Amino acid sequence: MTSFTTNYGRPFVELRNVTKTYGSGQASVQAMRNVDIRVEKGDFLAIMGPSGSGKSTCLNILGCLDVPTAGEYLFQGINVGKLSRNQRAILRRYYLGFVFQGFNLLSRTSALDNVELPLIYRGVRSHERRLRARRALEAVGLKGWESHIPSQLSGGQQQRVAIARALITEPSLLMADEPTGNLDTTRGHEIMQLLTQLNQERGITVIMVTHEPDMAQYAKHTVYFRDGTIVEHHTNGGIK
Amino acid sequence: MLWSAIVLALGAIKRNLMRSLLTVLGIEIGVAAVIILVTIGNGTTAQVQKQIASMGSNLLMVSPGKRMGPGRSTATPFKAQDAQAIAAEISSVSAVAPIASQALTAVYGNENWSTSVVGTDNNYLYATNRAISEGRPFSESEMRAGAAVCIIGETVRKNLFGGEDAVGKNIRLGKISFEVIGILQAKGQAGMGMDQDDTVIIPLRTLQRRITGNQDINLIMVAVQDSASTSRVQRDIEWLMRERRHITAAKEDDFTVMDTKEIAETLTSTTKMLTSLLAAVAAVSLLVGGIGIMNIMLVSVTERTREIGTRLAIGALEREVLFQFLVEAVILSSFGGICGIAVALAASAWLAGLMKIPYVFSFGIIALSFLFSVAVGVIFGYFPALKAARMNPIEALRYE
Repeated sequence: MTSFTTNYGRPFVELRNVTKTYGSGQASVQAMRNVDIRVEKGDFLAIMGPSGSGKSTCLNILGCLDVPTAGEYLFQGINVGKLSRNQRAILRRYYLGFVFQGFNLLSRTSALDNVELPLIYRGVRSHERRLRARRALEAVGLKGWESHIPSQLSGGQQQRVAIARALITEPSLLMADEPTGNLDTTRGHEIMQLLTQLNQERGITVIMVTHEPDMAQYAKHTVYFRDGTIVEHHTNGGIK
Repeated sequence: MLWSAIVLALGAIKRNLMRSLLTVLGIEIGVAAVIILVTIGNGTTAQVQKQIASMGSNLLMVSPGKRMGPGRSTATPFKAQDAQAIAAEISSVSAVAPIASQALTAVYGNENWSTSVVGTDNNYLYATNRAISEGRPFSESEMRAGAAVCIIGETVRKNLFGGEDAVGKNIRLGKISFEVIGILQAKGQAGMGMDQDDTVIIPLRTLQRRITGNQDINLIMVAVQDSASTSRVQRDIEWLMRERRHITAAKEDDFTVMDTKEIAETLTSTTKMLTSLLAAVAAVSLLVGGIGIMNIMLVSVTERTREIGTRLAIGALEREVLFQFLVEAVILSSFGGICGIAVALAASAWLAGLMKIPYVFSFGIIALSFLFSVAVGVIFGYFPALKAARMNPIEALRYE
């Protein structure tokens, strides 16, 4: 994957006039219309908007899970729209971490096994996988919970396991899709504090979709979607 | 990649242990059935060959009717004179035994046992290599007069007399009382449900006059001298019989002369055909096991849609997901294969003992069924695995 070199002097990720259309002909739906977003390295961006506004579509494209119908998505200078399905998988494997609203942990699988999963696809040896998985769990404050399976953990703890899984590959970009959506306010704030900490201490770029203004407060920038376009964009003071 | 796929697959199997074991059971039964049936079939073949070999290699069986096809039952039966003619006119013949038989119930006291009653003479004992363990063979006068005397097989003796002394006692066959004058030396259980000791031998004339009421003979056994050519004697008998039965040159024989080798070949080919047939039926159950694997894998893929979505999102390649599920199916099926082989080895050894047939170990069929079980995993695992690999990660992640 030598072609994936960082292009210094350019934005880390950039959407250029991106349009995403689902379906074709009369039944087609425009989920995104002429969207431009630039995210610098080390940024923390929150994407907000009502449901159906195109924020999830935007996250899928930024996360290289989907490609634009029109326009360009540049990931560190690489035009993701031109990549094949497998090339995008490789890109996700080496540069991206994902945190989902529904946690998406493997059931009946210990926290440690869940966390080390991405390393299996990277071909890391078992011993090193274990070591790094323990470290990642410790970093999210779950030391001592390694052998617990998801059903034995609270929602907040499960989301921490999921964050540890995203962290273990030391990604340069962390995609979070409503990470607090299934949690109560207290746990939600804890998770947001963890994400903020990772953003500040490790310099991981975070892009997060949320519909809770409280949670969006943690981000450095917020964009608002409505009907597939960005209607508002502002820089937060940041809650400390 | 292979190793990590195996690790992932074993993890998935462990998480659904019960379901996995049931799937394995399907393959296991299929594999075990194939191996057991083939082993038992081979054992039966070996037994038939052994049994025919024990009859002696220079024995000819002359029976009315053609070997196969129509006309067998309508052909004129032989008469005692035909046997006498063979003995008198064919050279190099050491014994000729005319045989007629009838199924009857033998009764002694409160015991009864249904058996096959064979009417013949002392030559029968010679031709079939049988000896008398107790008592005596028929006397010349008993043969001529059609006396009510009998020689019984070991199975009949055991069932009627138990521990009691049999020689000198009277048993009833049909409506007539027979004196037991001898007991045949046990020859042991034969394959295919034939028990050579389940028989009562009486003089031919006694059977014809008092039981069947006709002069018919179903079979003539001809023992050929060791030094003579069996095929030459066979040809001579054929000519003699054609002449005696007035068959014109244009017509085919309405009787059959078979030597034991031919009988062995016929029986062996029959048992072999039966073996293949049964193995084919068992292979169908293996196929059903394969469909079971496909079913379980499809359920597994659907149930784990979100997991697959997660894997794809964190960077698993299509072929890695495909490989994971394929490996899972193959692990299940080959584990089923191994268990099936173990079960089959134990069961066929036990069954062979029970059926008193030799246990024939065949590495070929074991290797073949193992390979077949692996192939079942690949074939029936491929479609579900492909389904998993082709999933759209976005939809898979949202799947409820």
